[in-house]
Amino acid sequence: MSEFVFLFRGDDMSGSPDQLQKQMQRWGEWMKDLTTKGHFKGGQPLDRTGVVVDRKKSIIDGPYAEAKDVVGGFMVIECKDIAEASELSKGCPIFQNGGFVEVRPVMKMSM
Amino acid sequence: MVSALTRIFGVHNLALAEDVVQDSLCRALAVWKFNGVPENPSAWLMATAKNRALDLLRKERTARVFAPDLGRLLSTEWTLAPLLSELFVEHEIKDDLLRMMFSCCQPELAEEAQIALILQILCGFSAAEAANSFLCSTAAMEKRLQRAKSALSASRELFDMQGGAEEIHARLEVVERALYLLFNEGYHGAHPELAVRQELCAEAIRLSALLLESPITATPRAHALAALFCLHAARLPGRFDANSELRSLEEQDRGLWDRALIDQGLALLDRSATGSTLSEYHVEAAIAAEHAGAASSASTAWPRIVELYDVLLHLRPSPVIELNRAIALGQSEGPIVGLGALEAVTERARLEGYPFYHAALADFELRAGRPERAREHYARALELARNPAECRFLERRLAACTPE
Repeated sequence: MSEFVFLFRGDDMSGSPDQLQKQMQRWGEWMKDLTTKGHFKGGQPLDRTGVVVDRKKSIIDGPYAEAKDVVGGFMVIECKDIAEASELSKGCPIFQNGGFVEVRPVMKMSM
Repeated sequence: MVSALTRIFGVHNLALAEDVVQDSLCRALAVWKFNGVPENPSAWLMATAKNRALDLLRKERTARVFAPDLGRLLSTEWTLAPLLSELFVEHEIKDDLLRMMFSCCQPELAEEAQIALILQILCGFSAAEAANSFLCSTAAMEKRLQRAKSALSASRELFDMQGGAEEIHARLEVVERALYLLFNEGYHGAHPELAVRQELCAEAIRLSALLLESPITATPRAHALAALFCLHAARLPGRFDANSELRSLEEQDRGLWDRALIDQGLALLDRSATGSTLSEYHVEAAIAAEHAGAASSASTAWPRIVELYDVLLHLRPSPVIELNRAIALGQSEGPIVGLGALEAVTERARLEGYPFYHAALADFELRAGRPERAREHYARALELARNPAECRFLERRLAACTPE
């Protein structure tokens, strides 16, 4: 088993309260499924605001990336390999919202 | 509420669930004092408890392990709030209550411990109230509850209501037995002040109704148990007269009996008449139905009741049931036959300390025209009476067989 991180980018959070509610429901269902299958190991959604601390350690407001690239959340997933991980990511409701998922293996550092 | 929260926090965090409920109640009292009681107080309390739970889960998610089966979903904001809302909706709470009731009835726990847990966790009784119901000191009840709760916490998991049917039915028997004892304690417990504690009966009825709401636990036997409770409880208003004096079945004003509850009991009894097993609850409910349906003691179908007691004795031999059978037999065949049956009770010695055995002997002696013997038996019963209402009842009887 290997660990992967899903980075969710460009999720469009606009819409009516009703649409958002439905969206939440789809996320809930997907995550329950990942949890019962033992893949979900943690993660959190991220607020759209924040700061960037640059090389000179000065603090700049707001995420630096273009709106479509802002990371909206992360998850740690456990599964066999990158192929399975990307297969799992396809179930993510983010695709119905114009967003996408970046799947990255967690690097194993040897001593 | 404790049940829903325990489902969320995990049974090993039972104390935490109780704290949250306590907190919510305190907060409610503080707020309501200033703003008045809201329109829907229970919804208000639920919402407060839910928010408090949400706070706690956020604050302690790294420090504690909560319900193992929900753990991951509770750990992430992706699902935390929606999941909590889901767990707080009414039908889920009913499921949680049922599950908690099954969890409280661990066969390893003594029956009194199971009932104490049910009273506190599901019925909201304080240790003092529970102690009062069971004739022990508050300190002793607290100790009993403490031990029972540690045992419950140590089990780590709530009873699995989705598990095997065999396991559920085995545990259901323990649950039914606990409810039966709870009802009994309310109906004719050995309480010194009050001969009937209606609230215990009401709680037993409420919890038995919960069993009938879930298809897995709504067995014919559970229906029979609920029928039995209703039919007995229907007669409660007649057991005391206007002066709070205990009335015997014969003397009761049957107009005071709760017709709606009798109808409900009869309907439940009808619905219990499926399946292939005849339980003791079926038979007891059938006996109660005979009494509830009779217009007077004289028009009661005593021979039928004797037959039912015979069936019951076959299912569960007990001297107390033999005593009741003998009384019914005496009603149908006359006092001499009744006396014979009373003397023929196997294990009579076990009834020596039971006031109603002596009272029954006295009744039949009086009817057989032997008041002096009746007096002796009533005097013995009086010595054994367990509460003032029983004492006054027996004193009246004693006076009735003293010549003017």
